[in-house]
Amino acid sequence: MAKVPVQFTLNGSEKAEFIDSGTTLLHALRDKIGDTSPKGGCHQGTCGACSVIVDGELRLSCLTLAETCNGATITTTSGLAEGGVLHPLQRAFLDTFATQCGFCTPGMIMAAKVLLDHTPNPSREDVVEALSGNICRCTGYEPIIQAVLTAARGNSQNAA
Amino acid sequence: MALALQTFATVKDANAALKSAGTRYLGGGTLVVRAANEGDVSVSGLVRSTDPALSAIGVGAGKVRIGASVTMAQIARHPDLGALAGAARAVGGPAIRNMATVGGNLFAPAPYGDFTVALLALDATVATDDGESPLETFLSRRGDSPAIVTSVSFTLPKAGGLRFLKVSRVKPKGVSVLSIAVVLEQAGDGTVSSARIALGCMADRPVRARAAEKALEGKTLDQDGIAAALVVATEGAAPITDPIASAWYRAEVLPVHLGRLLLS
Ligand SMILES: Cc1cc2nc3c(=O)[nH]c(=O)nc-3n(C[C@H](O)[C@H](O)[C@H](O)COP(=O)(O)OP(=O)(O)OC[C@H]3O[C@@H](n4cnc5c(N)ncnc54)[C@H](O)[C@@H]3O)c2cc1C
Ligand code: FES
Ligand code: FES
Repeated sequence: MAKVPVQFTLNGSEKAEFIDSGTTLLHALRDKIGDTSPKGGCHQGTCGACSVIVDGELRLSCLTLAETCNGATITTTSGLAEGGVLHPLQRAFLDTFATQCGFCTPGMIMAAKVLLDHTPNPSREDVVEALSGNICRCTGYEPIIQAVLTAARGNSQNAA
Repeated sequence: MALALQTFATVKDANAALKSAGTRYLGGGTLVVRAANEGDVSVSGLVRSTDPALSAIGVGAGKVRIGASVTMAQIARHPDLGALAGAARAVGGPAIRNMATVGGNLFAPAPYGDFTVALLALDATVATDDGESPLETFLSRRGDSPAIVTSVSFTLPKAGGLRFLKVSRVKPKGVSVLSIAVVLEQAGDGTVSSARIALGCMADRPVRARAAEKALEGKTLDQDGIAAALVVATEGAAPITDPIASAWYRAEVLPVHLGRLLLS
């Protein structure tokens, strides 16, 4: 099959690849570009493990064709730490034991990041709603909700 | 399996490309890419159009026109579409809503199609390059023609004029047991002068509850007034059975939820 070019900004750096037409963004990120932070759980849109941020919006990379992201700005969990310092959400996930097997964690962090980018001081209901498309089979969700609220409190302290 | 994607600037060119066998239109991809991921080999090519008109929302003189590529998230946050925000937010979780389009929702088989249930109660019309047709007619012929839907149009309801309820087991984003949308007009004395009731999961696609609509006319919105409508609420319905609920269960609980929505 003919290869098609795709080009986008991934975590601040320019990426250009030739891919098979119809390749999902998940496949392109993991198997072509080598960013394995988005996970392939269900490939059906139901688990949220593949969540990434495309032009500021949460997307399921398993249902997004890479070609439709030409020119886009994409953020994945692997791009959050800066100079070896974890992002406040990553720190909070560790501190509140919100990650066990870790498979859902990158998707959860993406969903939480979009929430905090728009709503720096979310209510518990806001957090539950924001994470409602992400499944975790280990933690029982409560530590994850606490992690997001903890990171948000950090945000408000920084702002003060 | 890889799917070749063709992108066209105009709907006309995309419509022409859709004539080849095995091709389907790509909206947000939440159903069609999922099907490919699940091994559906009936689709070998996808076609989309980037025509900006498909992504436009127009509100003016009480009328609304929503382009087929507009997503549920865009509707939910649009300042003039507050009456529809509840129905748009009923679709999937946040990521799905950022992807799921209005056009795709018109084609979504039950238990999906929640937003289309709201559009059906609003008596929306569906536009393609060949013209417009009432949504009910469009749904009855769904799948017969590959023509690209370009937009849906309807009269903007007053705040609270669209009553919408999605019943699901998992909160906040479970799949529908059923969904109901109601648009009522009331005479000066409070009696119902006209009613449009649309139901999701009561067939393979959204349907109107004609018998219940008729039974409501001239009635007041109280327990006694709505009783006759609830008795006939499932008339003509063929609810789906899936892992969420059986057809029997859906038919049993529909009158309960319809009653609550009418009295809310
Ligand atoms: C995890 C998950 C949860 C979901 N939850 C819900 C829910 O709660 N409620 C609900 O209603 N749906 C739900 N859905 C189904 C789906 O996301 C929505 O119905 C959505 O609106 C479909 O739109 P799309 O743009 O993604 O469609 P696509 O997958 O792009 O297309 C679906 C079908 O419609 C055709 N099509 C799309 N646009 C057009 C057009 N403009 N003209 C002609 N044909 C077109 C395509 O060819 C295809 O056959 C869910 C899906 C997933 C994966
Ligand atoms: S892998 Fe994309 S939602 Fe599960
Ligand atoms: S930590 Fe294992 S799935 Fe969430």
